[in-house]
Amino acid sequence: MHEMGICDGILSASFDAASAKGAACINSIDVTIGELTEIQEEALQFAFSVLTKESIAEDSVLNITILPARSRCADCSAEFGHGRFDATCPECGSYLCELLEGRELRIDAIDID
Amino acid sequence: MRVDIAKGILEKNDSLAEENRRVFAENGVFVVDLMASPGAGKTSTILATIAALRDRYRIAVIEGDIASRVDAEKISAHGIPAVQINTGGACHLESDMIRRAVAALDLAELDLLIIENVGNLVCPTDFDLGENAKVMILSVPEGHDKPQKYPNIFQVAEAVILNKYDTLAYFDFDEADFRGVVTKLNPTAPVFPMSATKGEGVDAWAEWLAARIDAARTGESA
Repeated sequence: MHEMGICDGILSASFDAASAKGAACINSIDVTIGELTEIQEEALQFAFSVLTKESIAEDSVLNITILPARSRCADCSAEFGHGRFDATCPECGSYLCELLEGRELRIDAIDID
Repeated sequence: MRVDIAKGILEKNDSLAEENRRVFAENGVFVVDLMASPGAGKTSTILATIAALRDRYRIAVIEGDIASRVDAEKISAHGIPAVQINTGGACHLESDMIRRAVAALDLAELDLLIIENVGNLVCPTDFDLGENAKVMILSVPEGHDKPQKYPNIFQVAEAVILNKYDTLAYFDFDEADFRGVVTKLNPTAPVFPMSATKGEGVDAWAEWLAARIDAARTGESA
């Protein structure tokens, strides 16, 4: 629902980095999105296609890596992957778990010319 | 040519949120961000919280809405400082909006700042405002299945208020199912059944909040 705002953040960081290197155009932008965020991949791609128009990123590709959720059990320290609803320790059954990965909203790199 | 960035997409929001957090801590102000659907009873919960805690703490409110000053006026009518933010269509509050709204308040004269986020169960969850705690309100008429449909908001909240609890007999709301899913999503979050407009159940919530405020003051938790 707020992919436009998220995309704006991606592009402003990318434009800053590109202009610091004196780039003429951006070819691609790599981002990592945690599975537990409220970001929808198609909506983000749509926002990207709209917001890059008439910019140095107009022909660029947005590469999205979705990072699955991982947690560590607070009771037995086991680390395990899980979805939204099953953050339960597979070793001891505890619900008390610390989220290690899954809420990322990160720009990894850009490719420029 | 590849250029590494390795930055948070919301880094600007997050760094302004950290700045807000530092300013709030410096002034000894505890900040709670209330999130819920439109009509769940956010403003009624704030009014009930004010009634319960105004003798102990100096309170102010920031109201976030897409348009209108309706909510800020309701709060001001009770003699509590209120700042209205109109997001003009944006579905959530961001830390820069809070920074600008706070300029209208005298933080040195406050103990508790309650932020009413825009009515939405999705977008506010990804945005740090610099608060001490996010709390979500679900009302009985919305249905017991909401934690399954909107899990994220139940995961980021430190406490869940189940409002309009006095209407439980009139709706097909399975409280055991609701509590079961909330516990799976967020094992440490207390659930407070409440009727904000009737004042029922407000004390348990107010005492939880008071304990958090007092703990933050003595430095037991930030």
